[in-house]
Amino acid sequence: MRLTNHGRLIAKNRPVHFTFNGKRMRGYRGDTLASALLANDQILLGRSFKYHRPRGLVASGAEEPNALVELGRGDRQEPNHRVTQVELTDGLVARSQNHWPSLEFDVGVINSKLSRFLPAGFYYKTFIQPRAFWKHVYEPIIRKSAGLGAAPETADDHSYEHFNITVDVLVIGGGISGLAATLAAARAGARVMLVEQTAAWGGRATVDQPRIDGQDAQDWIDDTLAALATMPNVTLRNRTQGAGVYDHGYALCNEQLTDHLTQSDGPRQRLWRVRAGQIITATGAIERPLSFAYNDVPGVLMASALRDYVVNYGVAVGERTVLVTNNDDAYRTAIALVDAGLSVPVVLDARTVAGGELVERACARGIRVETGKAVAAVQGGKRVTGVRICDQVGDGTVTEEIACDCVAMSGGWSPVVHLWSHCGGKLIWDDTQAMFRPDPNRPPLGADGAGFVRAAGTANGHLYTAESVADGFAAGKQAARALGFDKKVGAVPQGDCAVEDPMEPVWLMPANASYDKRAKMWLDYQNDVKVTDVQLAAQEGFESVEHAKRYTTLGMATDQGKLSNINGLATLAMSLDKAIPEVGTTTFRPPYTPLPLAAITGVARDHLFQPVRKTPIYDWHDDNGADFEPVGQWRRPYAYPRGSETVHDAVIREVTNTRENVGLLDASTLGKLVVKGPDAGKFLDMMYTNMMSNLAVGKCRYGLMCSENGFLIDDGVVARIADDTWLCHTTTGGADRIHAHMEDWLQCEWWDWQVYVANVTEQYAQFAVVGPKARRLLQTIGGMTLTKEALPFMQWTEGKLGGFDARVFRISFSGELSYEVAVPASQGPAFWDALLAAGEPLGVMPYGTEALHIMRAEKGFIMIGDETDGTVIPQDLNLHWAISKKKTDFLGKRGQLRDHMQDPDRWKLVGLETLDGSVLADGAYAPEDGTNANGQRRVQGRVTSTYHSPTLGRGIAMGLVRNGPNRMGEVIAFTKEGGGTQDARIVDPVFYDKDGEKQNV
Amino acid sequence: MLILNCPYCGRDVDETDLHAGGEAHLKRFGPGSSDDEFEHYLFMRENPKGVHFERWRHVYGCGKWFLAARNTATLQVYGTYSAQSTEPPQHILDAIKEAQA
Repeated sequence: MRLTNHGRLIAKNRPVHFTFNGKRMRGYRGDTLASALLANDQILLGRSFKYHRPRGLVASGAEEPNALVELGRGDRQEPNHRVTQVELTDGLVARSQNHWPSLEFDVGVINSKLSRFLPAGFYYKTFIQPRAFWKHVYEPIIRKSAGLGAAPETADDHSYEHFNITVDVLVIGGGISGLAATLAAARAGARVMLVEQTAAWGGRATVDQPRIDGQDAQDWIDDTLAALATMPNVTLRNRTQGAGVYDHGYALCNEQLTDHLTQSDGPRQRLWRVRAGQIITATGAIERPLSFAYNDVPGVLMASALRDYVVNYGVAVGERTVLVTNNDDAYRTAIALVDAGLSVPVVLDARTVAGGELVERACARGIRVETGKAVAAVQGGKRVTGVRICDQVGDGTVTEEIACDCVAMSGGWSPVVHLWSHCGGKLIWDDTQAMFRPDPNRPPLGADGAGFVRAAGTANGHLYTAESVADGFAAGKQAARALGFDKKVGAVPQGDCAVEDPMEPVWLMPANASYDKRAKMWLDYQNDVKVTDVQLAAQEGFESVEHAKRYTTLGMATDQGKLSNINGLATLAMSLDKAIPEVGTTTFRPPYTPLPLAAITGVARDHLFQPVRKTPIYDWHDDNGADFEPVGQWRRPYAYPRGSETVHDAVIREVTNTRENVGLLDASTLGKLVVKGPDAGKFLDMMYTNMMSNLAVGKCRYGLMCSENGFLIDDGVVARIADDTWLCHTTTGGADRIHAHMEDWLQCEWWDWQVYVANVTEQYAQFAVVGPKARRLLQTIGGMTLTKEALPFMQWTEGKLGGFDARVFRISFSGELSYEVAVPASQGPAFWDALLAAGEPLGVMPYGTEALHIMRAEKGFIMIGDETDGTVIPQDLNLHWAISKKKTDFLGKRGQLRDHMQDPDRWKLVGLETLDGSVLADGAYAPEDGTNANGQRRVQGRVTSTYHSPTLGRGIAMGLVRNGPNRMGEVIAFTKEGGGTQDARIVDPVFYDKDGEKQNV
Repeated sequence: MLILNCPYCGRDVDETDLHAGGEAHLKRFGPGSSDDEFEHYLFMRENPKGVHFERWRHVYGCGKWFLAARNTATLQVYGTYSAQSTEPPQHILDAIKEAQA
């Protein structure tokens, strides 16, 4: 219902159209979606989570628990927006949530009738028995009805960005205390950032209009903002939520950039990653509901929220509003309503005496005030139709019924302590004001052990204007002083407002309400937690506040303790016969209100999610049809399909051609670590299981690296480059990890050894030239003598190869005659072209990683990550020959001496061949009879690598089998994909050229 | 997000530029050590609620490992120092004592 001549934030000359559940509605520029819905008399806005009860607006800000809607469509759809925080824009599309089939008629409401069977802890109770019932009955039903809005089905089309900023003082909250804090800190000389979650500055003062420094609050706010805007050391950001406060002065603030605009370019939200020396939380306070029967009927809302709607937007919930309160502040709402021409038939004040200035003003307007009175029950279903009145002291005997269409309630105020608490700030109980407020003696601590967060204003428990604005100013000054800014800050702003009588805590209305009444008093509207649920939790032993929260779901989901917290705690305390501070609060965790995951992700999505590492000839691969696969952060060609060839056919062709002619592999991704220094040999003897110090210059040796646990972590060929220099090849994924591993040991254990390690992986392009015609190819290029005699197997040499600066390693991972040639990365593309040109008459073809894998498997060579998984020691892979017996120590030696590593029954590497030539399933297990201690089927081995071998024309595999090497010839069964088993014979893992004749020509 | 001072760079560094390396001042036990010694070296950690000596590497900076004395409950940092230390230096111990006084 829209009021004439009211609404200080709306522009009545700028109508705005929007739809709610498909219905076209009209509001004004300046409206929130909440106020526009009220203006259209849309009181029913959602359904509660568990009982699907009708729900209307309760609040006007971030704490709104009920009115959550889904906005937008398709790739712009987003659920769970609080209508109170959505600025109305033309063409806005909103839909209510958690109802089926429609908001007006919801089948789920039947849950309400079954509420006897859906008590606190319902979910946990159903977990128990019978097990099948949970899986087939409860879970599908709960899943269907659970969740608030639906998750979007397509990727978010908006863009998001991050800003990093370092400031001296971050002030969160742009009300009068936050503005005062900013002013003081900025005048002292500090760099200050002030953030405000709404579009408008000034907070509640703009509604209640107290006086500050002899001005109307709005004028003071405008003047202060104008002053701050001229200061170069101040950053002001409205529509920016202070989301979280973290260790050592880190904070996240999320700015809404475009949602309030009809058309816009650029990012939708900006996440500010703030580093602050001091943080001031001037986050205000939230009014709390009262627990009376049927306090969840649409039309029952917070007194301050109703005042906001009337003053800011010129809308009301109804014509006749009954006000129920335990404090003076709520009388402001009665006054505002009457001044707007609406009727307030009665103010029910639970206190026995009410005589403050505001009460007098209300009485002067002829408003009927009843003290010591309470709401016995609200009448109405989808909308309030009246209230039954009773004495607060007593069991709720009805003394009077009053017809009304709105109930405004106020149970006092709770400071917003969330941001204070995120990083460990502690709270104290303020008995006079019945609230938890920040304990200034126990703030979150910074790196220097001093507090770095200060609460200010109402967030610090100062509910009155004079105290609040002065407290904010003092906090700003102190924060700046703590950082060494000592310029004069000027006079403290003087606030002035009505003198109020003390509030009186009311946790249950009426005080001795019967069970039936308590079972209809909602503490948490969103999650349907009632007074009786918390009492049941306490009765069933969930006495810790954290347990009671999880058992009842109190304060879960978007509420996070904003609205339901204190009433829930008080109810729990009463049930346990404890004082509220003894019960304590649940933990406040960031973010304050939900952030889209996309805002946290920022630009780190799609191709910017993780950088792709490319070898010097990546473009050639891409131009020549490479089918890429990710290997670590690299993209490596898996195979190069030609024409209509399938990837599988390409792999077969590449293997065959390499074995018969010559193939080229881009091996540039292999890690290359230079280890140099007088103690480099000694160091490598510790790093590798085998001896590296005695490797002759010019020679290569295959080496294994283990962790201290004894497990194999990497392998590769080591070449001795000079007397004091070794070049260690690592696996593609291992370069950075092994480099870090070496640095760790050098810096932290053997720091007196003179060694340095450099990762030169990307400095070289390295290509493997593989196959019987490999030597002929390199000789065609010319420049170096690479005969068997000049460069024997497992040696290296360097020189000019066809004009390129080449280092040639005679090593083989395929079993063929093979050279790996490294040239400077810049020469890589030209050298690759030269290899292709020279090799053309020889039938050269590049091959990818799958051909590499097949050829190494045919030779029984292990692959880190296939044959190893972090639990495999070299001995399991029959690599005893690569483990030095002479060395007294190396990393992993002690670990490998432990009992379990010496167990003769360990699973060990064997070859596996199926009886019918087919391919075993990757990762297949070999089951055996019986069960283990956990009742699971026993297994005796598993497949680690499995391929179709084009060379042999059948399936080959390697696997780890219990005591495998002693079981040659034995046939065991492996699991098959889709069920059943497949027999395979245990054989030698070297399937091809056992004597190594081909690589040694 | 913690801030630690890299003793090599002399700069305050955000946690995102660092790599955590667990408890500091472990004594390595290799071949010849008893099962108990080896188990303790490899697996047993203090994990205190309070003062903790820990290893950090300035991985997106100078690449150096360093050690930090930090309170795991209050997040206070008493100081950072060279990784080439077998025990916390006196000035770090003094800082801890002073903070706890």
